[in-house]
Amino acid sequence: MGVTPEPNVAGTSARGPWQLAYRRLRRNRIALAALFVFVGIVLFALAAPLWAEHVAHTGPNATHTTAKVVVGDEKREVVDPEGKPVGPLWFGAGGEFFLGADGRLGRDEMVRLMYGGRTSLLIGLSSALITTTLAVVLGLVAGYRRGWTDALIARGLDVVWAFPVLLLGIALGTALAVGGLKIGPVQISGGSILIPILIIGFVSVPYMARPIRGEVIALREKEFVEAAVAQGSGTLRVMFGELLPNLWSTIIVFFTLNIANNMLLEAGLSYLGAGVRPPDSSWGSMVSSGVESIYTAPLLTILPGGMILLTVLSLNVFGDGLRDALDPKSKIRLEARTGIAEPAGTAV
Amino acid sequence: MARFVLRRLVAMALVLFAISVLVFLIFNVIPNSDPAQRMAGKNANPQLVANITQDWGFDEPLPVQYVETMRKIFTGDLISYNTQLNVDQRILEGIPATFSLCIGAALIWLFFGIVFGYLSALRAGGPTDRLLTVAAVIGVSIPVFWLAAIFLYLFTFKLHLFPATGYVPLTEDPIQWANHLALPWVTLAVLFIGFYSRVLRSNMLDSMDEDYVRTARAKGLGERQVAIRHVLRNSLIPIVTLFGLDFGALIGGGALLTESIFSLGGVGEYAVEAIETGDLPPIMAVTLYGAFFVVLFNTLVDIAYAYLDPRVRLGSAAQ
Repeated sequence: MGVTPEPNVAGTSARGPWQLAYRRLRRNRIALAALFVFVGIVLFALAAPLWAEHVAHTGPNATHTTAKVVVGDEKREVVDPEGKPVGPLWFGAGGEFFLGADGRLGRDEMVRLMYGGRTSLLIGLSSALITTTLAVVLGLVAGYRRGWTDALIARGLDVVWAFPVLLLGIALGTALAVGGLKIGPVQISGGSILIPILIIGFVSVPYMARPIRGEVIALREKEFVEAAVAQGSGTLRVMFGELLPNLWSTIIVFFTLNIANNMLLEAGLSYLGAGVRPPDSSWGSMVSSGVESIYTAPLLTILPGGMILLTVLSLNVFGDGLRDALDPKSKIRLEARTGIAEPAGTAV
Repeated sequence: MARFVLRRLVAMALVLFAISVLVFLIFNVIPNSDPAQRMAGKNANPQLVANITQDWGFDEPLPVQYVETMRKIFTGDLISYNTQLNVDQRILEGIPATFSLCIGAALIWLFFGIVFGYLSALRAGGPTDRLLTVAAVIGVSIPVFWLAAIFLYLFTFKLHLFPATGYVPLTEDPIQWANHLALPWVTLAVLFIGFYSRVLRSNMLDSMDEDYVRTARAKGLGERQVAIRHVLRNSLIPIVTLFGLDFGALIGGGALLTESIFSLGGVGEYAVEAIETGDLPPIMAVTLYGAFFVVLFNTLVDIAYAYLDPRVRLGSAAQ
């Protein structure tokens, strides 16, 4: 840390910090396995339209309440007269209803799981981008400028921090779902997926901005900042040209862990009905509807929740490995821990 | 010290004021629809909407409405739009369940979090450590409501070990009280056990290299004594901070997923009910109630820190 990454000339023996980190990461087999799992999950979600069109021959929201499906020689009802959906057929019907149907409506669970994954991942990734961008800018400005700017930002973060995250998310989710959001000429309707993205992106900011601010406060006393100021660099130049490059490794780690955390938050919000709105569905909202029939069809709860667990787990493990690789003698370890994986910022 | 406490208390009041304004704005400015319209329903006639607007004072200027709402919250006159029941009353009724859940879960997670973290750190790199690390990472990655659903399926539906849901007051039947809360306690504790054990582990590993640990060994203390009296004790300070914040958030109704899936009828579940019916006054009151506890415990932690470590209060006095 504290070293600006230098472009490395191929063939020289000196290695930049990024290359060293890459080598350390490559040796960490558990972290690589986690990355592999995560990429697999992303591909699984991306393949949704392909599977829907070519294998399952149905969309995520298409209902099959009275349809029959041919398994081998017999015809089976997708939803029996008592409303019990068909269980996993695997390739019994050529991949249709691979994981069975999702309840009374008889929608294809596999297709829904894939499309739900798209929603969950999309929200997790884009809200983490929002959180990270806001947190870095706020942390940089507050940490470098100090004075009243810092006081204002820090108190603002305190206010957001003091809200129980899930409550704030729900409060915003409910309020915005009623009338949508209007910022100047931009109008977002209440059912839009942008609403949960913005909410989750916003409420997580303090958990990342605080530790980044702390790190900026430590960095600004370093000689290279003094040198830059002495050379006549302006405030913006110092913040984004000198301080930011030194924060990258922290930011990357936070970003990874933040995706995991935001996905849990999204799942919690959607579970409570304050996140994704129908007809969109995410893994969280799928668990929510699965729980209603958990005693007759437990798979409908286990599968989407298991996907959330697997995704969040892979991100957490990879994020840990990334931190160890980027910053082996991590002094920010505790701060990273208390900052981002802080359960007060998690949906319980 | 007294000045420090006073300053923290003033800051706390300011943060709460800011939060109350924020909550109020969330419900009155951002949704560009009329609260009277929401209350009257989608197909209400204009006269009804006008009457409601008149009765509830939605036509007053926003600052007047704000003061009025806050007055109602603090005098206990706030009425739910949907059920027409008293909001503060319902929050008070929910407090025993919420407190029972949080205190029980906190005892479990502190105990196991500290034991697991301690064992992990002492045997760092060994099989025990690896096993506990894997368990901890899984613990922090599980969606709580999903874990709750799986527990209910396994332990009540399949094995019939615990009653399904609901809350029995402690004063009514202590055994049923514990029986009904066992699953919620464990569900809520899992995440925190994972998190606390990891924080404690890394703190202990950090402090094992410190000079005072070497000194303790040099003066002839046994490994066990060094580990418990020196390493563990010092590593527990950040745990205390974390605990203050987490506990504050949960007591404030933060465990609303756990509360609602187990139908405990606590404050958090009240918030969820209010959300499902779009009932705004309870959401506002519960948010404020929750924020109060978060800010309160935040302040308590700061004060405790200043008491334990004079550098903190001198540091902020210098600012």
